[in-house]
Amino acid sequence: MLRRRVIPYFLLGPGTFWLVLFFVVPLYYMFKLSLETGVVGNLEFNWHWANYSNVFDLYHTQLVRSFVYSGVATLVALLLAYPLAYTVAFKAGRFRTLLLFAVVAPFFTTYLIRTLAWETILSDGSPVTSFLHAVGLAPSGHVLATSFAVIAGLTYNYIPFMFLPIYASLERLDVRLIEAANDLYCSAKQAFFRVTLPLSLPGIVAGTLLTFIPASGDYINAQFLGGAGNRMIGNVIQSLYLTQSDYPAAAALSFVLMAIILVIVLIYIRFAGTEALMGEDAR
Amino acid sequence: MGQGREWLRKHWIAVVGVLVVVYLLVPIAVILLFSFNDPSGRYNFSWSGFTLSHWSNAFGIEDLTEALLTSIKLALLATLISTVVGTMMALALVRHKFFGRRLSNFLIVIPMATPEVVIGAALLSFFLLLGTFSLGFETLLIAHVMFCISFVVIVVRSRLIGFDRRLEEAARDLGAGPFTTFRLVTFPLILPGVFGGAMLAFALSIDDFVISNFNSGTTVTFPLYIFGASRHGIPVEVYCIAMILFGVTVAAMGFVTWQQQRAEKLAQIRPDQEGASAPNVPAGAAA
Repeated sequence: MLRRRVIPYFLLGPGTFWLVLFFVVPLYYMFKLSLETGVVGNLEFNWHWANYSNVFDLYHTQLVRSFVYSGVATLVALLLAYPLAYTVAFKAGRFRTLLLFAVVAPFFTTYLIRTLAWETILSDGSPVTSFLHAVGLAPSGHVLATSFAVIAGLTYNYIPFMFLPIYASLERLDVRLIEAANDLYCSAKQAFFRVTLPLSLPGIVAGTLLTFIPASGDYINAQFLGGAGNRMIGNVIQSLYLTQSDYPAAAALSFVLMAIILVIVLIYIRFAGTEALMGEDAR
Repeated sequence: MGQGREWLRKHWIAVVGVLVVVYLLVPIAVILLFSFNDPSGRYNFSWSGFTLSHWSNAFGIEDLTEALLTSIKLALLATLISTVVGTMMALALVRHKFFGRRLSNFLIVIPMATPEVVIGAALLSFFLLLGTFSLGFETLLIAHVMFCISFVVIVVRSRLIGFDRRLEEAARDLGAGPFTTFRLVTFPLILPGVFGGAMLAFALSIDDFVISNFNSGTTVTFPLYIFGASRHGIPVEVYCIAMILFGVTVAAMGFVTWQQQRAEKLAQIRPDQEGASAPNVPAGAAA
């Protein structure tokens, strides 16, 4: 009997050890670092909370920009991914597996190459840029180094994180419920808004979070597709750490980013009212 | 005209869906096209002519090939460790009720809800302040295993939830010990899930740039090579290798999908189809 009670801890042990030592402990180290002053090799811990107000003063533009970009990208990704997931789940018939493949496969090419492909697609004089110029969406003839390009890149790169949870929730949906709604004289529209949509809400909540969180910390898209005026908070953290070696400021900024994300997520979950963050456990 | 409009009214959502698929595939087509490009300068951004020379030289750039090999080695090791550790965690979470279960779930989910740049920065802070590890392959492996574990747990767990435990009970009734039961019944049935988790871990590891960029020291992986090269023009060979990786991954995905469908068919075999199948699992839920 005792053996049975020990088994789960034995199974959990190695993974928990790894996650605690290499995720939780590093966060603690970074927190400590965020309250230090000085340069590498000569850091001093002195509860220097001013690091936080300093980085906030210096970089609030990039912070706000990051959340605006990733918010817009999340919304566009939702508008694209929902019809896609609906099509794959209900309309694809025997092409379902094939379509699912076509959706997921692009994201198994290297992330950087994908983004570079968008740099090619949106470069000056490319067919897409010429088209956008012709219809008046790119009056200057440039798309690269604009907010549009960065948001487009973010949307593309994070769509699978939106698609997969929505698809999973739609696929699990009991089709008989929609049939019942139709039998009870719901129009197609009513059936969608009263049955399908509410039942896929957990997928939407999970998808928006899984898109919004990584997108707000992203810096590849801003690096390749944006210009000096499109830098996001990830770019700042990256350059503070790796180029300027201002570790305390970079650490403080990382925590500011995490804290804001946490607050947004908590508010969002409160409104959305699901345990989406805990994944399968909600069911 | 009226018929066309009627058709569109009925199928507009599928039309939108197919358009989105096209949008998702466009960059892949661009990468494929530009792997045959013959750029005049160092930048492979505009089309200047067709050539096969970069494909025949795909592994001809020494630094690039070395970076690719480092990435593959790293991804294989990270996949192996994270799959074993992650599968164990998934087994514990699905099959056992124990004190600290919620906390474990939280610990698994929270790394996935943390921006990569923060994970990378935290690990770098840790490695620097601790001073025990020198930045390089070792620290990359630690980091990759760390971010892969959560994804493996999620994938394996979702497969375990649909698992019919009566198959194990049957094995026990027929005299198999716990280890034999695991080897002959449990493991073959969860194998597709484990395989799926391992594939995801491999894909995440070989593709990771952000966390690696913080913790690589002087070690260069494939994505790090691309990033470094992007400042002075990326060789076309990178596009060829990207396409090769793409092809291999798609083939592996096809294989896993096929295995999963087979396993599902096996798991569905019942002496009495109607009476024995689990009552509250809608058809297709396990797909």
